[in-house]
Amino acid sequence: MSVRHALLALLSEGPKYGLQLREEFEARTGEVWPLNVGQVYTTLQRLERDGLVESDDDAEPGPQKGFRITADGAEELAGWLRTPPDLASPPRDELVIKILIAVRLPGVDVHEVIQSHRRYLVELMQQWTRLKEEEGDLDLGLALVVDAELYRLDSVVRWLDTADGRLKRAALEPPAPANGPAPRIRRRTGARR
Amino acid sequence: MNAVLELRSVSKTYLDGADEVHALRAVDLTVEPGRMVAVMGPSGSGKSTLLTIAGALETPTAGEVVVAGRPLSAMSRDDKARLRRQSIGYVFQDFNLLPGLTAAENVALPLELDGRSAGKARAAGLRALEQLGLADRASRFPDQLSGGERQRVAIARAVVGERRLVLADEPTGALDSANGEAVMRLILNACKGGVGAVVVTHDAQLASWADRVVFIRDGRIVDRTAPRPGPDSLLAEEAAR
Repeated sequence: MSVRHALLALLSEGPKYGLQLREEFEARTGEVWPLNVGQVYTTLQRLERDGLVESDDDAEPGPQKGFRITADGAEELAGWLRTPPDLASPPRDELVIKILIAVRLPGVDVHEVIQSHRRYLVELMQQWTRLKEEEGDLDLGLALVVDAELYRLDSVVRWLDTADGRLKRAALEPPAPANGPAPRIRRRTGARR
Repeated sequence: MNAVLELRSVSKTYLDGADEVHALRAVDLTVEPGRMVAVMGPSGSGKSTLLTIAGALETPTAGEVVVAGRPLSAMSRDDKARLRRQSIGYVFQDFNLLPGLTAAENVALPLELDGRSAGKARAAGLRALEQLGLADRASRFPDQLSGGERQRVAIARAVVGERRLVLADEPTGALDSANGEAVMRLILNACKGGVGAVVVTHDAQLASWADRVVFIRDGRIVDRTAPRPGPDSLLAEEAAR
């Protein structure tokens, strides 16, 4: 989560004070990502150092100091919005690793391991869904965050379901003869921005 | 509080040629009034069989099914048919509306079959449609409705009258996410009005609307979610990171 770019976005609407930026950040993200005041000021100082925002020269540092976005800041923000996050290299996903280990480990029922993760994920999804059901007119920012969490967790459950089925079928079929070493997935390094 | 549905050690075995197929094995499940229970499992796990047995559409090979306090094993065919008309509402993936009847007539049909006068049945049907925001669609035929509207009519039909138990099999089937969510809200509202609901699905997003989720594999309930904590703990947990 880029606090830096979120602050630039808020300043692109007009000049604001530090405290105001913190409140607006929390409100826009459905209050799911709380931000402490120190984080806000440190980030603003760095933005100012990099020439992306300007502050009132005469004001003392503190809640009453106002900030404005610069032309470079606006350009930086526009570029960031359109830069895709790094999704190309397969992440070292903890859950995937656990299932891969459970498949090989003697005395471990991989289906039982899968189910324990599935139950936990569905319980989390129930909690997120409850936010939708209890607040009929959910704040737009929070509604978007809730949807994102539900789709993210849902995709993990779907992967577990698929893995469950694949392992069940594999147990019924004789193993295919090994055909040379398995291809390696090339992992890109240093691609994360 | 008395449960609206109890399955007590219910088993169902079919004969497939010479092979015995165990569709359900000693399933226990209780649904209280006002609660939604989701049954999650892959296809072939027995979840649809569970629903047809809970709905008195099929008889278990062993065990007992109790609907609204009445054991089905002690009931005659006629009694069961009456129970199905009066106390149980069904929602299917493909809506199952009768194409020759209007929305209002489809909703009123179970009441008419139960012996209410056409006028009273129609009035109750209109009320149910109104509650689901479909009053202006009452005289349309199913083929004049969108998919989402058809499923809402099917839900109105499932909750009309004094239904105690709503059974839904993949109720959001081919609907888009907004219409699917609307369908789940309607079932949830019916629960808030006091009915108990069982929703069978393989979809975790759908299941997460339920108070309780049970997981079925090879005809057996293998797991269930803990009682659901409120969302506050979720936000607090996020805040603590």
